Amino acid sequence: MHTPPFKLKQKSADRAALNTDMYCLLKCAPLILAVAVCHGWLFGDFVEKQKELDEISLWPLPQKFQSSAVAFKLSPASFQIVHAKQSSAGPSCSILVNAFRRYFEYMFGDMKKHEKSRNKVYDSDLVELQVWITSADPQCDGYPSLQSDESYELSVDKPSAVLKAANVWGALRGLETFSQLVYKDDYGANNINKTEISDFPRFAHRGILLDSSRHFLPLKVILANLEAMAMNKFNVFHWHIVDDPSFPYMSRTFPDLSQKGAYHPFTHVYTPSDVKMVIEFARMRGIRVIPEFDTPGHTQSWGNGIKDLLTPCYSGSSPSGTFGPVNPILNSSYDFMTQFFKEISTVFPDAYIHLGGDEVDFSCWKSNPDIQKFMAQQGFGTDYSKLESFYIQRLLDIVTATKKGYMVWQEVFDNGVKLKADTQIHVWKERPQYQDEMAKVTAAGFNALLSTPWYLNRISYGQDWVNVYKADPQNFTGTDAQKKLVIGGEACLWGEYVDATNLTPRLWPRASAVAERLWSDKSVTDVGNAYNRLAQHRCRMVRRGIPAEPLFVGHCRQEYMGL
Amino acid sequence: MYCLLKCAPLILAVAVCHGWLFGDFVEKQKELDEISLWPLPQKFQSSAVAFKLSPASFQIVHAKQSSAGPSCSILVNAFRRYFEYMFGDLKKHEKSRNKVYDSDLVELQVWITSADPQCDGYPSLQSDESYELSVDKPSAVLKAANVWGALRGLETFSQLVYKDDYGANNINKTEISDFPRFAHRGILLDSSRHFLPLKVILANLEAMAMNKFNVFHWHIVDDPSFPYMSRTFPDLSQKGAYHPFTHVYTPSDVKMVIEFARMRGIRVIPEFDTPGHTQSWGNGIKDLLTPCYSGSSPSGTFGPVNPILNSSYDFMTQFFKEISTVFPDAYIHLGGDEVDFSCWKSNPDIQKFMAQQGFGTDYSKLESFYIQRLLDIVTATKKGYMVWQEVFDNGVKLKDDTVVEVWIGNKMEEELQNVTGAGFTTILSAPWYLDYISYGQDWQRYYKVEPLNFPGTDAQKKLVIGGEACLWGEYVDATNLTPRLWPRASAVAERLWSDKSVTDVGNAYNRLAQHRCRMVRRGIPAEPLFVGHCRQEYMGL
Repeated sequence: MHTPPFKLKQKSADRAALNTDMYCLLKCAPLILAVAVCHGWLFGDFVEKQKELDEISLWPLPQKFQSSAVAFKLSPASFQIVHAKQSSAGPSCSILVNAFRRYFEYMFGDMKKHEKSRNKVYDSDLVELQVWITSADPQCDGYPSLQSDESYELSVDKPSAVLKAANVWGALRGLETFSQLVYKDDYGANNINKTEISDFPRFAHRGILLDSSRHFLPLKVILANLEAMAMNKFNVFHWHIVDDPSFPYMSRTFPDLSQKGAYHPFTHVYTPSDVKMVIEFARMRGIRVIPEFDTPGHTQSWGNGIKDLLTPCYSGSSPSGTFGPVNPILNSSYDFMTQFFKEISTVFPDAYIHLGGDEVDFSCWKSNPDIQKFMAQQGFGTDYSKLESFYIQRLLDIVTATKKGYMVWQEVFDNGVKLKADTQIHVWKERPQYQDEMAKVTAAGFNALLSTPWYLNRISYGQDWVNVYKADPQNFTGTDAQKKLVIGGEACLWGEYVDATNLTPRLWPRASAVAERLWSDKSVTDVGNAYNRLAQHRCRMVRRGIPAEPLFVGHCRQEYMGL
Repeated sequence: MYCLLKCAPLILAVAVCHGWLFGDFVEKQKELDEISLWPLPQKFQSSAVAFKLSPASFQIVHAKQSSAGPSCSILVNAFRRYFEYMFGDLKKHEKSRNKVYDSDLVELQVWITSADPQCDGYPSLQSDESYELSVDKPSAVLKAANVWGALRGLETFSQLVYKDDYGANNINKTEISDFPRFAHRGILLDSSRHFLPLKVILANLEAMAMNKFNVFHWHIVDDPSFPYMSRTFPDLSQKGAYHPFTHVYTPSDVKMVIEFARMRGIRVIPEFDTPGHTQSWGNGIKDLLTPCYSGSSPSGTFGPVNPILNSSYDFMTQFFKEISTVFPDAYIHLGGDEVDFSCWKSNPDIQKFMAQQGFGTDYSKLESFYIQRLLDIVTATKKGYMVWQEVFDNGVKLKDDTVVEVWIGNKMEEELQNVTGAGFTTILSAPWYLDYISYGQDWQRYYKVEPLNFPGTDAQKKLVIGGEACLWGEYVDATNLTPRLWPRASAVAERLWSDKSVTDVGNAYNRLAQHRCRMVRRGIPAEPLFVGHCRQEYMGL
């Protein structure tokens, strides 16, 4: 009799694989590996410094990284993050001032600012981090975009460290890296080693999808996850904001959508003010907010607020009382979409909107005699994917008129809908194999985004982050030109089984594995090394208030103190 | 499934219980949505006649005839707890409403009937947890032999209160007679693989009480760390914990856990697993573990407790003497699972001993030799013991009152048959390893388990005294423990409390979805069963 999981109590299969050896590794083999990977130079007393270096664990690993064992001390009382003299940004750049404060607090905790007891600066001190924005327009008041330059250079040497970036977006990434370099020695003093880093993302689009329709996610949870995203250098929040079960987006143009379509008309909605706050909170962290309004399927909740928007399904010759996808044969449907997306295009500043287009169920359309008549008139025969394309085509024209670009799920491409050249195709299906789909999409000249291997709502026992980590978006057969069309990927946490109670620990640090795949060099693939850094990185997230779950047996110096 | 959620409420629950329904039941349906008793009581009758409860005037009081009074702290604590669950953080002085209306329920009288209410006692395997609850105007009456039954009845009463469309508190005319199907209903938490801060343990004891669990099986130490701070052997945690003071349970912490659990009618059974799973013990106690050999010289690694040294037994004698005084429960869990023989085999002194004893090469005989002596040591402390099934399987001689815990999924029915056939009491945890997660509604699998579904006589069936949901700690710590455990463990709670016939998954889904929202409202981050929402979502992180 075969009884797989319950056979061994503690010494489970994973444990055997990653057993005591792995466990020891955790304790004793710190950044050596990381440095080795990066071809760094090591100074003589490295081994003694090893223990302190335990705490560093850069995640995601920078592209070029050199560190030495020479350590400087940082005094929270005197250390400062300042604008470099040559910087084009200054004290009025709120995005940087906010970031200085945030990272100061991450590094030195809630230390009182007036504890300026220590005036003397020692020779071995690092007195400041200078942030030097080099381009004429630092983009202090801008929004991050697909084209944003996130590269930065960081040089840590006495008496000052210098962080150089073309604009604020690179500076934000560099501040995160700098904060990860600071560690406490055995006496609790803050240290940082002499370091040179030159860093940039491998992919421009590094996203997290959260689903606020299947379960409503209170603002607090969304904001906390934006914070965690910044800690992992993610730069896109794909907000799957509405779907069949509920419509929490409060529309000014069509207030009935949430009034009648949300789980509750005011406790379970996102007001315009909430949405603004999410966008601004994300902007402060260099994160784009791309909303998804998925049509024509996945729209059950829309039907509550908008009469005649959905197709009435028939049972025999009479309406059954249930409804299907958006009704594609009525002009009123397109009038609605025109007004609705006009609003969306002004509410969300990003250049892209995600239009969904996945999983359209044809059975309701098939049952409806008016639809049947329309099919005949249009000469579609019985090919309902032609009707779907007909709808999508008109929708794309509507959205194009708002000057927005669009992202769509792969079905829209698969069904041969005519797409603008800058359309991004979001690959999510397991069949056909995603490698084949990536090849097809890029061969047709479209930008591709990968999510298939990163459906983090799917859980299993053990260290599933390893497979997440191993997936590579460019791992398909194609030309260099095709590979270049892969702009990144997204980790998706669909909402069937997650809400505020379990979302954050389920997402982190599993999504961190995706973060490194999308940021770091292609060659960064050593799972053992990643384990060590990620275990520390998750403790860092815990220290910063994010309940990131453990990878395996072990402990954090400071355990999570929430619930 | 999704539609079911929306449209089929307590009707089913009532039907299952053969309750009577009054005419306007359908209109009341929506309010009744909120009730969702969990676990379902044994006998339950409800009517659509509703009474109002005013938080300003409603009181929970000791019945005049009750043997317990205002000095019974376990009840006073419980009155306060349940008042707050029902009416939130309402200010007590909001006594604006003096008038009592005819349709009001003015009080719940708690009537302890036996001469000794056990106010200062500890719950035990023999505790009587049955209670009778009658809700009718002007007073509801909760009748129980002692405080343990009263605690269960208070939880049920609090589950009966619901808010109507105007936000007013309502309760329906109800008669309940309830008792647990099994006496041992436990949750195992593992504080060795990850240290669990006190706050997390206490929160889960609260959640346990909401689900009528009555045993906290504290798997307190294991290979990776030894967080139990022993007064007799402080080096155990000093050198064996992840950190000597941030990652330990001090005597005061342990006392607090035990008292917090007692207030909720929950026994605390500590597990000190030997001779295997003891790597962390070796840090603090020299020569306790067997030195493993590589060829003819020690390899520097260590195996299970060294069973051939008298010093090992001297240590155990002193150690379990302490444990038996620190933990008031009549039982200690002694582990005894998964002993790896390879280290013993490698050690020449052990080989010699095997030969002297005439054990040949059967190392399970050596294991039994150790366990036998350990059991004698623990017996001398006047404690009973629980052990994992291997101890029974290996033929160790056990006291009659030993509880054998069946955890190996393979041939579980056969094991139950064997253990009970040999006359031992048993508890089941094999189907309820909640650390094993998978995508989807796995609670249904836990719910469908029938513990007595094995071939055996009625006498054998009676020896099954319960079960435990186990959350081993490889992948859980304070960040994710609570939502991973709840409401999945609630499925086990109903299986162990309610009647055998309560098996309708669709009905259970509806009640459990509401029950998890109730836990969320009470501050427990219990995760969702599926798509949907709670009136009040979790506001933590």
